[in-house]
Parts: sequence; C-alpha cells; structure tokens
Amino acid sequence: MNRRSFLTTTALAAASFGFPAVLRAQSKDPIRIGCPLPLTGPFGALAADMQRGAQLAEVELNAKGGILGRKVEVLFRDDQLKPAVGAQRTQELIEKEKCQFIVGGLAAHVQMAINEQTKKSKVLFVSTSQSDEISAKPDTSPITFHEALNPTITSRAVGNWVADNLGKKWWIIYADYAWGKQNNAVLQEVLKKKGGTVLGSTPYPLGSAEFSAHLPKIQAAKPEVLMTVTPGADNIAFLKQAISYGMKKEMKIAQPLHWIAYGKEGGPDLYADIYAGINFYWELQDTIPQAKRYVEAFQKKFNIPPGDYSCYAYSGCLEVARGAELAKSTDSDKVADALRKNPVYDHYKGKEWWRTCDNKAMQDMWILKGRDKLKGEWGIYDIVSRIPANEEYDRTCAEKGLA
Amino acid sequence: MPDITASALAAQVFTGLVLGMIFVLLAIGLSLIFGLMTVVNFAHGSLYMLGAYFGVFLFGYTKDFWISLVVAPLMVGTLGLCIERFLIRRLYGRSPDDPLLLTFGLSLIIVEAARMIWGKIGLTLDPPRALGGAVNLGFMNFPAYRLFVIVITIGVLIGLWLFLERTNVGLIIRAGSRDPLMVRALGIDLSRIWLLVFGIGTALAGLAGILAGPMRGVYAEMGVTMVIESFVVIVVGGMGSLVGAVVAGLLMGQVVGLTTFFAPKLAEIMVFITMAVVLLVRPSGLFGEAGLLE
Repeated sequence: MNRRSFLTTTALAAASFGFPAVLRAQSKDPIRIGCPLPLTGPFGALAADMQRGAQLAEVELNAKGGILGRKVEVLFRDDQLKPAVGAQRTQELIEKEKCQFIVGGLAAHVQMAINEQTKKSKVLFVSTSQSDEISAKPDTSPITFHEALNPTITSRAVGNWVADNLGKKWWIIYADYAWGKQNNAVLQEVLKKKGGTVLGSTPYPLGSAEFSAHLPKIQAAKPEVLMTVTPGADNIAFLKQAISYGMKKEMKIAQPLHWIAYGKEGGPDLYADIYAGINFYWELQDTIPQAKRYVEAFQKKFNIPPGDYSCYAYSGCLEVARGAELAKSTDSDKVADALRKNPVYDHYKGKEWWRTCDNKAMQDMWILKGRDKLKGEWGIYDIVSRIPANEEYDRTCAEKGLA
Repeated sequence: MPDITASALAAQVFTGLVLGMIFVLLAIGLSLIFGLMTVVNFAHGSLYMLGAYFGVFLFGYTKDFWISLVVAPLMVGTLGLCIERFLIRRLYGRSPDDPLLLTFGLSLIIVEAARMIWGKIGLTLDPPRALGGAVNLGFMNFPAYRLFVIVITIGVLIGLWLFLERTNVGLIIRAGSRDPLMVRALGIDLSRIWLLVFGIGTALAGLAGILAGPMRGVYAEMGVTMVIESFVVIVVGGMGSLVGAVVAGLLMGQVVGLTTFFAPKLAEIMVFITMAVVLLVRPSGLFGEAGLLE
C-alpha cells in the first residue's frame, strides 16, 4: 500500500464513519417520487405550496439517510389542471423517470386521471386532492391512498359544527361542478339530520365574478347562516359582494374550507368572522409539538409558514418512505400492505391513520374564524374548535362498495 | 321558488342595472371599434383586466382611488394606441380574420403576463371610503359604490354622445363608419381617426375594469368570460351600433338578474338563448344595419 492509496482509503473510511447516512444514501440508485401538480393556471398558488411541502420532505428524508439507504429525489411535473396532461406527465414520471411512487394531484378530475395511470402501471399513488370518488369503487385500488380530506368528511364535520353553534336555518350557494355539488348534497343531508331547514340552495357557474343577482333573494329569505361553497377567486368576489350588500351584519357566513392564500389576499375586511374548516393552520404550533417542528422547519427553509395544502404533499412523501422502510422494498403491493398493517402515523399535526378497507387517511380538522385584525403577516384566523378524526364522518366502506 | 314580493323584485331589477352598466361600458368600446374599423377586438377582455390591475398598481402608489380611476383607463388607452399603431395597422386591407387572430393571440399573452407579474391568486381593490357603505333605497340597502357605477357610466355615455354628435372629430368618426371611401376622397386622413377610436374604445374597457375591481376582485382571468358576454351584447344590439350596445347591455343585465332570481341554473345559458331569439327575429341585431360583416 503506497502513501496515496492509504490516504484515499482512510479518507473514504473517515468520511463514511463521519457522515455514514448521507454517503450511503448517495451510493445507490435513488428512489424517485413523482409529483404531478397544476403549477400553472388558477390553482398555481396552492400547487406551489404543495411543491414546497414535498421539497421539505425530500430534504428531511435525505438528511436521515434516504429510503432503504438510497437517496430520495422528488420530481415535479406541471399537469396544467388538465386530466389528459396529468395522465401523460404521470406516465412519463413512471416510464421515463422510473419513479417508484406517485404523490400529488390537485383538483378531483385531474387526480382521477393520474390514478388511472398509476393503476395501469401498478405504481402506488398517494392522492393529495379533495375527492369522494378516489377512495371508493370503481376508482380506488389496493395501491391508491388518499391523504387529503374529502367533501363528505369536510361538510359533515363543518356542517354539524355550524348547525350546533351558528344556527339551523341555512341558505347554500355552491359552484356548479363536482366538488361544489358534493358539498351541497352533504350539507343538506347533515342539516336535515339536525332538524334544521335549508331555506334555499343556489348553484352558480364555477369561475363567476358577479354574484349580486343572487343576493337580494338570499337577504329576503333571512337565513341564520349563509353557507358558501365558492372556491378560488370566486371566494373573494362572493364575500366582497355579500359584505357590500350588508349581509355579514344580517347573518353568519360559513364555508366548508378556508384557504390560507385567499385569506391572506382578502384580509380581515373580507374574512373577519367568516367560519370554515381546515386541515391545518400554522398557529397549531402553539399547542401541538409535532406541528411546531413542521412549521419551524418549513419556515426556516422557505421563509413563510406552510399553507393548508403543503402538508398533504409533505405527509404523502413521508408515508411512502415509511411504507418502503417497513416493507424493506419499493414494490408497490408490499409497501401498500405494510402501510395497512401499520396504519398509524404522525408527520405534522398529531395522529393520523389509514382506514384499511379504503386506504383513506383519517385526520383531525379544525374550525377557524377570520380575525378582524391580522396578528403579524400570516395570523389570519382564530382557532375556534378542534374536530377529532372520526371514521363516521366519511362514508362507510360498504357505502363505497368496498365491503 | 322564492316569495316574489314587489320589493325583492325591485331589488333584483336594480342589481341587474349595475350588471348592465359594466356590459355597456365594455360593449360600447367594442362596438365603436368594430363600427369604424370592422376589427373584432378579442383583446378587449384582457384590457378590461389590465384596467383593474393598473388601478391596483396606481392605488398602491397614490393611495387615492380617484386619481387611479382617471389614470388607469388612460394607461390602457395608451396601450390601445400602441396596439393599433404598431400591430393592427399592418393588417388593414386584409381579411377581417387577421386582426381577430392577432387580438386573440394578444389576449393570451396579456393574461399570461398578468399572471407572471401580479401572481396567480389575484389582488383586491377597495372602494373609496366615502362609497364603502350602503344607501337605503326604501326597498333595500344598496351598496353606495354600485350606485356610483351607475352614475359614472351614465356620465361617460353622455360625454361620448356629445363628443360624437357635437364635435368635428365626432362627425368624421360617424362619417367614417358610414362610408370610409367617401371620407378619404374628401382628403381626410382616416388612419389618425382609427388610432383615436381604438384608443377611446380600449380606454373604456380599462374604465370598466377598474370600476369592476372593487366589486369583483382583480385577477388575471376576470376578462375571459366578460369578453364573450360583451360580444353577445353587441351582436344582440347590432354590430357597430352604439345605441344598440347600450340597449342590449342593459337588457342583458336584466336577463341575467331576473333569470338568477327565478331559475339560477339557467342564468348563464339564458344570455345565449336571448341572443338566438333576437337573431331569429332580427338577423342583424336590434339596431344593426345589414351587410356590415360581408
């Protein structure tokens, strides 16, 4: 052994003892997680938040030595909010980039197209989009997991709380497409069970900017609660107009979800005293240690607090990693089995679990109320109530055709 | 079916009036441009959107809604002048499809640019303090800002009418839209008139945009459906007819308002049904002259 090779060997040995995990993680082929998201288009801001969540998961996984000692790479593709593009990008991620897992999707119809593709290629998919169908027959599969909330859970949880706390005479206005219609149907059913009355329910075309024509009729009906199912930019336009007609003073306004990005843009002028549900809000860090860890890591990396959707992508990536470690394999069937055998996890807000009959994530959610004054830059809401995870909020597996 | 009380119906009619006013402002610009130049300006919706964004931008600097209200439409109008002078002018004498394709392409570029510059979430623009509240009309509390929109639109219409009917330039514009060849033969340089008219038309779109901002929010896609509805308005009113644009704009406001009242699911399609019925009875629109499009 000459001097040079001695030096190289010791240096290598020292390095692999010094940073063993990092070095070993880089020594074999990486494990790839494909992440199709609508990075351009109307949901672009939410998608950017999700991208940050997945990036944080990638960094944290690699810092711990990757998955099965292999480096982790998360690859992003823009699905342009179009089902056909989503399917094509997913196919590329699987066949060209050799992704072992797919995590992502935002918007029910695109996520469905991604799911068709992952089923065909037999690749495990963790959906991060709100949808009732994804965890039900005929769309779901043993390797399809659903991390996000869905309209049934959201509207049952929020609807029950609103009926108990704000009033039982409602008017519902909803965007006339899949997500809006599902929420409307569930809200009606919830209120009926509570013995309340739906004074009226109005559909409007998604993407509308003008709601004033709906308002006089609603005012005349004098509901106790106005339920608005108005996603995206519609939410801001609707609240602006409802408030300018003086409706905030005449009734309570509630909606199935708050979206932090829109809450920030609309500010307290619009969102003060508006009630809605949410899967995660960064101020939960004050009470939940796991949330504190997550928010601090996120804040440190990106200089803004995590939004509501980044958590789904973050948690989804960590879950495929956990499954692969448990199964000691990247085989989708084995990973799926491992997750079902060890269904409980806790990545960012306390305990969650997979319901084993439909691979649906069960998780806590919260009721928020808009503040009349911001606390700091992002302190938009007060946390009013925690709604603990409860399988009864979702349809049963029998109802989903899975029993 | 809601209880149909007189006051609820009156409230609905009044609400429809404001919808109509925004339609009128957009449609009258479109119609002015089409009437004189036979250019179908597909970028009208994106200029409407720019008016709103310029308004937010100016408001950020000046903190004064009134200055923004005046300057934003002028900025959009100036952009309109450039579009006519450097792009559309090259296409005169060619098929009317060419400027249509050009402006369609422009609208895509402008919307995408707005997304890149101002973000995908959209912005908010508040009405001025003095107009923030509601006014009691007897049958309802109506937002003061919406009343203001009605007043300002009427003011602009009167101003435009006086300009077209009482000034020399107005006379040339009217003559030019009847018989451009004859006007040229009289030694008048019509290209400067076209430039001016395109500027006025686009400035009106910008005005509609900044007026709509405090009611509807400001976002990149806000002009996409508006431009289609405005085309419906000028087709119903008669392509190129200013009176037609005003009457049809107000009519469409009421159609949307009242259909939403009685059958909300039909509100969107009713606009097109109205157009179909009008065209069946009067193929060139309510106030249109035959043969303009040939």
